[in-house]
Amino acid sequence: MDKKIKEQIDNLIKSSKVFMFMKGTPEEPMCGFSAKAVDVFKNGNVKFETFDVYSDEDIRAGIKEYSKWPTIPQIFIDGKFIGGADILVAMAEKGELGKMVK
Amino acid sequence: MITVEEIKKKIESVIPNSNAEITNERNDGMHFKAVVESSFFNGKSLVEQHRMVYSSLEEELKRNLHSLSIETRET
Repeated sequence: MDKKIKEQIDNLIKSSKVFMFMKGTPEEPMCGFSAKAVDVFKNGNVKFETFDVYSDEDIRAGIKEYSKWPTIPQIFIDGKFIGGADILVAMAEKGELGKMVK
Repeated sequence: MITVEEIKKKIESVIPNSNAEITNERNDGMHFKAVVESSFFNGKSLVEQHRMVYSSLEEELKRNLHSLSIETRET
């Protein structure tokens, strides 16, 4: 993938312990899965930063290639790819998310 | 438009020993949920499990499947 895009994504992921690429913003999610992920973080009092993929088509395509994951949202904790909204929900239910963000 | 049967058939044909239950609760042909059970998932991470489901539907996700919620179960 494009080196500049990869670098940009690397830097975004490193910018916060919990980082999410989503459609829209936490205040105004533009898809059900992104909204679901925001809810999980809010309910767990987890601090997170986001990037709106609708604001940048290169990042929107690039992030799918970067993590070899075809959908958005995508969640990263400590720079590691965690999964999408369904996995985040499953981890929160099992209490694993709480441990990871401590 | 894609149907629950097509999604089920595709997942089960690609993932060994799998059983997939697909629902389209709003009956809109758009928002699907797949609950997939397979012994092939055993010992694999959730990311790997979900990735397998996504790759079984690679073509569909590019073409006519735009909203899929996934739940995977080990057997």
